[in-house]
Amino acid sequence: MAIIPHEKSSCGGLTLHKIQTEKYKTTTVVMQFKSRLTEDTVTKRALLPYVLQSGTENYPSSKALRTELEKLYGATLGVDLAKKGDFHIMTFRMDFANEKFLSEDKPLLEKALGLFAEVVMNPKKVDGAFDSSIVDKEKRTLKQRIQSIYDDKMRYSNMRLTEEMFPNEAFGLHVYGVKDQIDGIDANNLFEYYEKVCNEDEVDLYIVGDLDEISIKDLVTDLFPFKERTQASTDITEKASLEVEEKEVKEEQEIKQGKLHMGFRSGISYADDAYYALQVFNGMFGGFSHSKLFRNVREKESLAYYAASRYESHKGLIIVMSGIEFKNYNKTVDIIKEQLTAMQNGDFNDGEMKQTKTMIRNQLLETVDDAKGMVELLYHGVVSQKLRSLEDWLDGIDAVTEEDIKKVAAQVKLDTVYFLKGEEA
Amino acid sequence: MRTIPFNQLQETLYHQTMDNGLDVYVLPKKGFNKTYATFTTKYGSVDNHFVPLNGSEDVKVPDGIAHFLEHKLFEKEDRDVFQDFSKQGASSNAFTSFTRTAYLFSTTQNVMQNLETLVDFVQAPYFSDKSVEKEKGIIGQEIEMYNDNSDWRAYFGVIENMFHKHPVKIDIAGTIDSIAKITKESLYTCYETFYHPSNMLLFVVGNVDPEEIMTFVESNQASKSYKDQPPIERFFDNEPESVAEKKKVLPMSVQVAKCLVGFKEPNPGRQGRELLKHELSINLALDLMFGQSSENYEALYNEGLIDQSFSYDFTEEEKFGFSVMGSNTSSPDELADRLYKMVQDFSKNPIDESQLERIRKKKIGSFLRALNSPEFIANQFTRYRFNDMDLFEVVPVLEELTAKDVEAAVKNHFREDSFTVCQVVPK
Repeated sequence: MAIIPHEKSSCGGLTLHKIQTEKYKTTTVVMQFKSRLTEDTVTKRALLPYVLQSGTENYPSSKALRTELEKLYGATLGVDLAKKGDFHIMTFRMDFANEKFLSEDKPLLEKALGLFAEVVMNPKKVDGAFDSSIVDKEKRTLKQRIQSIYDDKMRYSNMRLTEEMFPNEAFGLHVYGVKDQIDGIDANNLFEYYEKVCNEDEVDLYIVGDLDEISIKDLVTDLFPFKERTQASTDITEKASLEVEEKEVKEEQEIKQGKLHMGFRSGISYADDAYYALQVFNGMFGGFSHSKLFRNVREKESLAYYAASRYESHKGLIIVMSGIEFKNYNKTVDIIKEQLTAMQNGDFNDGEMKQTKTMIRNQLLETVDDAKGMVELLYHGVVSQKLRSLEDWLDGIDAVTEEDIKKVAAQVKLDTVYFLKGEEA
Repeated sequence: MRTIPFNQLQETLYHQTMDNGLDVYVLPKKGFNKTYATFTTKYGSVDNHFVPLNGSEDVKVPDGIAHFLEHKLFEKEDRDVFQDFSKQGASSNAFTSFTRTAYLFSTTQNVMQNLETLVDFVQAPYFSDKSVEKEKGIIGQEIEMYNDNSDWRAYFGVIENMFHKHPVKIDIAGTIDSIAKITKESLYTCYETFYHPSNMLLFVVGNVDPEEIMTFVESNQASKSYKDQPPIERFFDNEPESVAEKKKVLPMSVQVAKCLVGFKEPNPGRQGRELLKHELSINLALDLMFGQSSENYEALYNEGLIDQSFSYDFTEEEKFGFSVMGSNTSSPDELADRLYKMVQDFSKNPIDESQLERIRKKKIGSFLRALNSPEFIANQFTRYRFNDMDLFEVVPVLEELTAKDVEAAVKNHFREDSFTVCQVVPK
């Protein structure tokens, strides 16, 4: 049996992914809307899911909707935005109890899925558009959400690094959109955008839980009557170019700890065969507590509490992050660069490599213990148009050689060093 | 080994107390790849005044020492235990709270070997002057990271406001000055006092065989020479019912202000089922008052006083308890006033039975959801156990709570002199 019991089928305008498992006490539903990230749509898209979860035709306010969710044994409903490569992903999630664990056993699935469909398909309307009082409230909240990125220094530094690395590309945009565009959005033009999304976005619906004996497909076809897409999407992310000059950006704020964020380009993304080697490379470089960054920046030099790297699977980036004293900037940057050089020179042993592979295997298997993690993993396949079974993935990691890692390391190129530091006294 | 079935939840828990007093619990989870284990001592940042093992007089230790000890336990004379785990395919970690220090790993392979590593490393400390000094730089950066974190500062600020004397007001990691005073000797004193097996609990959850685990732990513990230890004497000064400070404003490098308000539990000291009832009652009341289906939430949101960052929680331990609620906001003063007034209005009126019923269902559903998470099960079970409560009693107690119970808990908890405010504002 496959590790992820994943059954995919086309259901009108959406793709249904059914994952049958008895592992959980709840059923998880995730709906992903995929469309290109563009400057013209980014802000509307950041606003839309919040407007949709604020009222439907039958439950015309957030309060009415939340009351209904509570009646379903506290079903949860959440919306989210993400940037995956060149795409701006809008996510709707619901999670509700499986009645076999409750003292009352009225089936919850149909009702819950019906309510979920209400939110996505049947928003509250006034004169053929959204309710402007809802839109206005959510515009205000969105402004505050964008402003508060500044307040979380780690997130802020990440945002600034991305802006600096992609000044003239859509990828440089933040998923929450552009604050100055918010005033230009109203109930009418947002509704037009909503209709476009319903007709053109690539939609994937994941249902994870103990679903046997239930005819999910009919139910879904009925509840989500998206028009069939005229052609299958072939759109994929363009990898970040490797033709860049290294640059340094420093900024000052009244803070106590400096945030050092370094952005690298690798030229390798999820769909590539070298992706496995990139994952192992990243694990050895800065993905774990046995990695070069953790050992050298933290354990050996006591410069930081955290020093880690992570990769962006679709654009092909590696981001290093560490929180340090302002005066240790040069020293830390040097040590981080030395670790990359060490990786390029093959200055690592077989033990490190094996240890890293074991940890990645562990991570992948643990991810699929969580319903949301499982969906995340599967969705990479949609975004990259390369479906990879977990079994293939595990084998691929296992097969990576020292040469593969050196080759990947040689390709990794520093783009921008961003440092957020305290104000000069 | 004792077998404890929970039929409705379709779970079975296994328990055994070892000869040296160590409590071991195992919850098998079929179909999971992961096994998650925690080894926890009932010792946290508040335990800073006690009689050391074999000592005759009480001592006070530097702020942040429980957390410092947690860091240092991973380092041995010849190696770093993080590496042992990762060579065996496990990721390990640890955390220190007000009342507990937990060491943990999660893995999808070599479960028994990793379990042995966990138990053995926690039970074999090695502290040296050199490594203690080295850690001060790392923890110093951890402290600074939290100092720049506005959410943490607001949350901690509200707790600090509440307490006159109780050490829960002291930051868990201490300060750069307080950790400077930590020595190898003070670490050993704390370790020997609080890390006796009779003060600890081991929880394993995952695709495991309970019999195998119990047999292993039994022989592992039998091979170590622990002497019986008398109960630990911990000291806490008398804490007044009222709050220490009514309001604090912290200017920070932020664009959006934050306002958190808190109510200090005026008479903590409950344990067991009484505590569980009280904790669940206050949490039900908070849902009724401020849940997303409440009139209050709707009003505050519509007026732009709160956004989606709005949250609330109540927690109580043996010697302290508090509720905290608040949000990012454009008007921190107005929000504080409104929250206070809403709580007052709520406590004056009887609780609506049908609303209570709905919130009860919601709580039962979220408890089920939480049981999907091995981390939740192990950590919360341990926390409950250390307060003489039983995690698996949550649903039965929720089912039996009446409107009268909730009303009584509300009257007791939400008082005028137990109210305090902490705001973070743009510099």
